[in-house]
Amino acid sequence: MKMRIEFELNGKPVSAEVEPRLTLGDCIRHELLQTGTHIGCEHGVCGACTVIVEGDAVRSCLTLAVQAAGKRVQTVEGLANGDNLAPLQQSFQKHHGLQCGFCTPGFLMTAHALLTHEPAADEERIREVLSGNVCRCTGYLSIVKAVMDARPAYQANKAVQS
Amino acid sequence: MSARIPLVGKPIERIEDRKLLLGRGSFADDIHRDGMLHAAILRSSVGHGLIRHIDVSAARALEGVHAVFSAEEIGRPVPRIPVRLFPNDGMDPFRQPVIADGKVRFVGEPIAIVIADTPAIAEDALELIEVDIEVFPAVTSIAAAVAGPALLFESHGSNRIFGYEIRRDELADIFETAAYTRRERLYVHRHTGITMETRGVVAEWNAADGYMRCWGAVKVPFANRKILAGMLDLPEDKVEMIEGNAGGSFGVRGEFFPEDFLIPFAARKLGRPVKWIEDRREHLLAITHARDVECDIAIACDGDGHILGIRADMRMNIGAYFRTSTTIAPRNVGQFVPGPYRVPAYSADVAVIASNKSPSGTYRGPGRFEADFFRERMLDLAADDLGIDRVEFRRRNLLTEAELPKPFPAITPNPVVTELDSGAYEHVLDLCLAKANWADKQHLQGKLVDGRYHGLAVCCFVEGGAAGPRESARMVLEDDGTISLYVGSSAVGQGVETILTQIAADAMELPLDAIRVFHGSTTYVKEGWGSYHSRSTVMGGNAVLLAAAEIKSQMLAAGAGLLQCSGQEVSYENGRVIAQHGGSVGLKELAGKDIAFEATFHNSKHTYTYGSHVAHVAVDAETGHIEIVDYVAIEDAGRIINPLTLHGQAVGSIVQGLGGALLEHFVYDEDGQMLSGSLADYLVPLATDFPNIRTSSIELRPSPNHPLGAKGAGEGGTIPVGGLLANAVAAALRDFHVQPTELPLSPDRIWRLVQDAPAQSGA
Repeated sequence: MKMRIEFELNGKPVSAEVEPRLTLGDCIRHELLQTGTHIGCEHGVCGACTVIVEGDAVRSCLTLAVQAAGKRVQTVEGLANGDNLAPLQQSFQKHHGLQCGFCTPGFLMTAHALLTHEPAADEERIREVLSGNVCRCTGYLSIVKAVMDARPAYQANKAVQS
Repeated sequence: MSARIPLVGKPIERIEDRKLLLGRGSFADDIHRDGMLHAAILRSSVGHGLIRHIDVSAARALEGVHAVFSAEEIGRPVPRIPVRLFPNDGMDPFRQPVIADGKVRFVGEPIAIVIADTPAIAEDALELIEVDIEVFPAVTSIAAAVAGPALLFESHGSNRIFGYEIRRDELADIFETAAYTRRERLYVHRHTGITMETRGVVAEWNAADGYMRCWGAVKVPFANRKILAGMLDLPEDKVEMIEGNAGGSFGVRGEFFPEDFLIPFAARKLGRPVKWIEDRREHLLAITHARDVECDIAIACDGDGHILGIRADMRMNIGAYFRTSTTIAPRNVGQFVPGPYRVPAYSADVAVIASNKSPSGTYRGPGRFEADFFRERMLDLAADDLGIDRVEFRRRNLLTEAELPKPFPAITPNPVVTELDSGAYEHVLDLCLAKANWADKQHLQGKLVDGRYHGLAVCCFVEGGAAGPRESARMVLEDDGTISLYVGSSAVGQGVETILTQIAADAMELPLDAIRVFHGSTTYVKEGWGSYHSRSTVMGGNAVLLAAAEIKSQMLAAGAGLLQCSGQEVSYENGRVIAQHGGSVGLKELAGKDIAFEATFHNSKHTYTYGSHVAHVAVDAETGHIEIVDYVAIEDAGRIINPLTLHGQAVGSIVQGLGGALLEHFVYDEDGQMLSGSLADYLVPLATDFPNIRTSSIELRPSPNHPLGAKGAGEGGTIPVGGLLANAVAAALRDFHVQPTELPLSPDRIWRLVQDAPAQSGA
């Protein structure tokens, strides 16, 4: 028994025929072939699969695809402006905030959601929020630095919007 | 013309990053092939037993299922995984079959494989397979495995399945005559790398060409190609391994596992591409495990604290089978106990013990993490007993530069000669102490501040790197005047593409964007080795230097022809061949002259990065919690190619070591069930755990053994952490006379040590 769902993925309308048991992560990756989102544990601990649904960072391995029906979903593919890295992505490159890069999409989406809501988040707050994502390569120091260094771009953005 | 500024030594941002940041990487599960089927694997749920019967009929009948294979369908004798490193005939009976046939020896061992239209259907079908297993008593701890009576391999008659002897000058009667001796039993628990990307294989069989293509290769694609070709009875050049992006290795991922046979086997049998992606539970159950070694160690010193000899009797629990890299840790743990210190007489016996746990192999600092825990614990205990300052004790025993190169203790069987190459050990110790404000902080030792006890410790270590025998690099001058560089090295997240581009760009005197690195396919070079033993920069980098030297001379010859002068009248500068008479040609003009060369760098001498770490901890005696107040590390990497990526290796490596020392633990019950089978139970470090880490890498003593001078430096951060943390905790809790003898230093262990401490007993 499959259900047809429609939602907005990175600003574009998409649709898929899915079993109710299919997770949002698997739907995005294997039905819609947007493979930037990674699945690391399928039990909600590692955060690699983090995507943004209606502005909030969520675990796409614990979210069913049918729950995304009618919602706005953003993945790592939606961060950059075409081929131009977003400030947050640039900051990760500058600070060597990634090694193998598998966890990176999850960290980017977690940090993007955080700084969009709280562009002035301090180091402690950033660490606390990032502690929901696992990285095995970097030891986190460079990731925290990268996120801190991206804050001015979000603050400027907020100023423009408000 | 302005002088070109070298790129080697500069913190160049990584070439790899852009694709990964845009979400355009290519990991194993990102591969989608037309007509692709999906595999799921039925694994043993018992630790030890005999398969009486398997009924796959219901699974086979499920709609969407294409095939179910067990040992029966795969054919007997079932292929068994070879020992890749230091194989020995004595290991043959203990090699892992690619699927259980008869006995099962650990929870997680493959029993059957289902191929279906979707992963979900394949997993549904697993539940329809009926397996009747006669359960045998299991052995999981070293003590139980040694005591028996349960045997993993009945015909062998013992769970001690192999052994190594490591010797340097005779101990003779040192322990009878020495002014000071001490003996301890120490243990390093089982934990491992846990990569963020689980393992995965996609296999596609082209029947017309008799060609097998596999995606998901990591670490050692060429070795795995050879093994797979042998098992499938195909010529090696009819098997291609493609690496794509690899979501971490740390030594554990990328070796040949059962699925590396089962998936290609199924793809060939069914004539359809087959994908298998490991889930996290399978990963924890069946990825290469590590450590799990017990050591009865004795140290003898003279009255002034000079080490006279060390004797070690070790038992390493390798789990159920020998696999590709299982030999390394038991060898290293025996050979690395002396480390950077002068241990004139040394003797170690390492018994390799089989148990009903997952097979073990290499993980970052294999055997060295354990050996350093044993050694550094003993040094602090001896120093305290003798009333000698712990730093001074180390100074008296560190090897001086005049004593280098220093051969390692000899190992048998499968002897290998290696020696500590170069280093200013005591000088780097001083640098580390200064950076950590060691002297100024001594008043904190054992002191209670705001409810927590403070302690500091310092350790010295050596790290092996640059394993031979060879590595390859092929350079090709393309039509557009750029250079393609094909390498046998593997990318596992360490930044090898950037590193090799820097080295190649300098060698060719070109900008970075004139070089394109291609890695990750066994078709790129004739033979390659891959990434392990901190070898990619040294081995891959030197192969690049050789290739560059040869294509430069080809360019000079071709350029001389175009410029109508002799080879002696031209020179190479910044990508141009310049004639003495003034004319010159660029690389574009030389394109089409078949300028290409595949170079092989041979090396049998390891590099030894070395350094010191200082940890300052605060221990809450009531909860057992340990905070890292400050952590300072200095290592001499000989020559630094990219400070940015090296720093990343150093920090990541230390945090992984801290995870191993404090958090990570594969806990098994006595029946062989793993009790830490999720990331909620197997705890890895998080962003909030260890924010206070300061590392620096320096270029003090390049390796004298190869032109680049660099030393492998991916593992040094991990190696000293266990011993260091245990020593820091002992220093903090000195008033309780707490002396940790086992890892991990988990809150419950620390709390219990405090509760059981003599100082507490009367209180």
